[in-house]
Amino acid sequence: MVEFKIRRYDGEKSYWQSFEVPAKRGMTVLEALYYIKENYDSSLAFRASCRMGICGSCAMKINDKPRLACETQVLTLGNTVKVEPLDNFKVIKDLITEFDGFFEKLKAVKPHLIRKDDNYAEPKELLQTPEELNEYYVFTLCIKCGACYSVCPAAATLDEYLGPAAMTAAYRFCADSRDEGQKERYEIASSPNGVWRCHLAMECSEVCPKNVEPAKAVQLLRRKTAFSMLKSLLGW
Amino acid sequence: MKVYHDIVVVGSGLAGLRAAIAAAEKNRNLSVAIVSKTYLIRCHSVCAEGGINTVLRETDEFDTHAWDTVKGSDFLADQDAVEFFVREVPTEILRLNSWGCPWSRDDSGKIAQRILGGHSSGRTVFAADRTGFHITHTLYERLLTYPNVDKYEEYFVTNLVVEDDTVKGIAAIELKTGELVFFEAKAVILATGGAGRLYGFTSCSHIVTGDGTALAYRAGVPLKDMEFVQFHPTGLVPAGGVLISEACRGEGGYLLNKNGERFMEKYAPEKMELAPRDIVARAIWTEILEGRGFDSDYGPYVALDLTHLGEDRIKERLPLIREASIKFAGIDPVEEPIPVRPTVHYFMGGIHTNSRSETPIKGLYAAGECACVSIHGANRLGGNALAECLVFGRVAGELAAEYALNAKQGKISAEFRQKEEKRIFDDLLGKSGDESPYQIKKELNETMENYFWIFREGDGMLKGVKKIQELKERYKNVEINDKSRDFNTDLTSAIEIGYMLDLAEVVAIGALKRQESRGAHYRLDYPKRDDENWLKHTLAYYTPEGPKFDYKPVSITKWEPVERKY
Repeated sequence: MVEFKIRRYDGEKSYWQSFEVPAKRGMTVLEALYYIKENYDSSLAFRASCRMGICGSCAMKINDKPRLACETQVLTLGNTVKVEPLDNFKVIKDLITEFDGFFEKLKAVKPHLIRKDDNYAEPKELLQTPEELNEYYVFTLCIKCGACYSVCPAAATLDEYLGPAAMTAAYRFCADSRDEGQKERYEIASSPNGVWRCHLAMECSEVCPKNVEPAKAVQLLRRKTAFSMLKSLLGW
Repeated sequence: MKVYHDIVVVGSGLAGLRAAIAAAEKNRNLSVAIVSKTYLIRCHSVCAEGGINTVLRETDEFDTHAWDTVKGSDFLADQDAVEFFVREVPTEILRLNSWGCPWSRDDSGKIAQRILGGHSSGRTVFAADRTGFHITHTLYERLLTYPNVDKYEEYFVTNLVVEDDTVKGIAAIELKTGELVFFEAKAVILATGGAGRLYGFTSCSHIVTGDGTALAYRAGVPLKDMEFVQFHPTGLVPAGGVLISEACRGEGGYLLNKNGERFMEKYAPEKMELAPRDIVARAIWTEILEGRGFDSDYGPYVALDLTHLGEDRIKERLPLIREASIKFAGIDPVEEPIPVRPTVHYFMGGIHTNSRSETPIKGLYAAGECACVSIHGANRLGGNALAECLVFGRVAGELAAEYALNAKQGKISAEFRQKEEKRIFDDLLGKSGDESPYQIKKELNETMENYFWIFREGDGMLKGVKKIQELKERYKNVEINDKSRDFNTDLTSAIEIGYMLDLAEVVAIGALKRQESRGAHYRLDYPKRDDENWLKHTLAYYTPEGPKFDYKPVSITKWEPVERKY
């Protein structure tokens, strides 16, 4: 038996509740949460979908660290498992947090390919070598789970900071050989809520379940943004 | 609360996203809503791995893709629809390319292709083994550029409003507040995915509960060919059937039994591991039934061996598979074989549409897995589902837009709104009872796995039908413990289970009635395909007493049914 201590919230008060879960090898924290919901307390609220670490729904704080519940093995966590909602997000109910703002920030960096010749009706095959693909590919792997944002000290102190996931998306498109929107995105990235707010704590990269390294994306974006500003100052 | 839009798209997987883009693109003055029970990118499409089929180079031909699809379908696909479909895919691939999809490339920078089961040549475009994930994100990102699309994320759909054979809108619970919201619309596009969660061992996400299919059925739209359920040959065994992509075999992986034999040579000597899914799934299950599988605490399995592919190829082409195997099974496929057995993956059947994504209800369209055109017939080929979502999602979006430009705004009456409020909050949430919805779901899953699995037979299916009907009765007596309004996932789970019970009954009775074996529907008591009596689509119509059945001929243009050998 493993004790699950869950931080609950019913819209008014926050409290801890414990449940005993019979854990066996292979059981994930998400499976344990379903076990609790289906056997002990069906009011327990959490988000989940793919249960294979790709949809980004189930990031939560597990034993003090943000992780995807679906890919965290219970037996690696000891006899007591503490489960809480992500930090830096407003809690709606139990483990469910408000993500609207997170997705708005993502949208703000224009996370889509920008091209002058956008031709919906008759698209052409744009070439891209495997080397060009590798320039940005790792940054496409972000599943928008919010783990990075939940540990970001800049996001904790400034609500408006766009945050590591959005910065990663901005860099991902800037580094895509097919993209022509760098200038627009550098302007957004160099705004007061952009890359220069980052404290370089690097914790985002520590906790990213997909090893996307948002901190590296922020660094690269800083370099590009600075260079772009310099270029425009010098009139190159 | 009421909101108004010209077009409401329900579901945010590939088909829904593509439909919303197509509608928004068609006319920038149209107001489009996309409604999803999750945040848009949390859809199940992100789980698709292997790739998407298209004729892209001169070495391939549309007729070959169409023939492979028709033969793969065991001749139940409508050939006019298939011929239309294969011609529409290439443009979709190039569009995604110009919208940012990180397609895998060959050395010259062109879009690369690999081979999946049942195809004559390598025509599957891919983005590593995360194809669905990358397409979903690309479409989502593109969608953000249309100011005429409003996103309604975490809205759970409870009803489809149809009057006088015309769609009027939908009802949905805004999860955050628990408020019922009525969407009045000129056109509605259902793109709500399949119903894999009827079963317990499945590659499908928890959200795959057939919501839109059940709503269309209850609103009077017939469901087509629901008895055809695809078992993907390779579900990860210690993880409840998480998908291990067909690309593993496309890249050269072997299936081995416990004697170390590549057993596919007995079942499909020519195509071997790359036979269509119905054939490979039956082969694996036969090996297991005949005692040549491995045993484990998580049930029997066979081995999917990739070790000979080498570390570099696995890391480049199958990174997600490697990650999933390590994280969920503690097995690195570079070092040792992956334990797999067939997992419920896809519903060939669904909401009856024509090849223009139109349902028999005016203004109502359906696309993607929830729909049945049918291009997959009795068995879908790997790589054709993502293609279907793009092609028929686009068609649905464009036609809904054309329709909406000339249609009247749907109106949902005050009487309907009150009735729906009462049905959800008084009759379901407010009532007491002594049944747990989760217990009913558990028994439903067991019933489907016992009687409607890879091998079926009449007596068992009859028992299964009775059990499902018993569960439907018991469901009337469920109690939802969480009586609160905001983010009540206890309530939405119970509603989903209600949807699944209706669909299970259609699957079960449809399967019992079809006295032949075709594609994924295999009966021990009728082991042969019977074209004389059963070369036809099943149509199931809702009645309060249970489904009524009718049948419809298959459209045959170029290819008369022949024996299906691989």
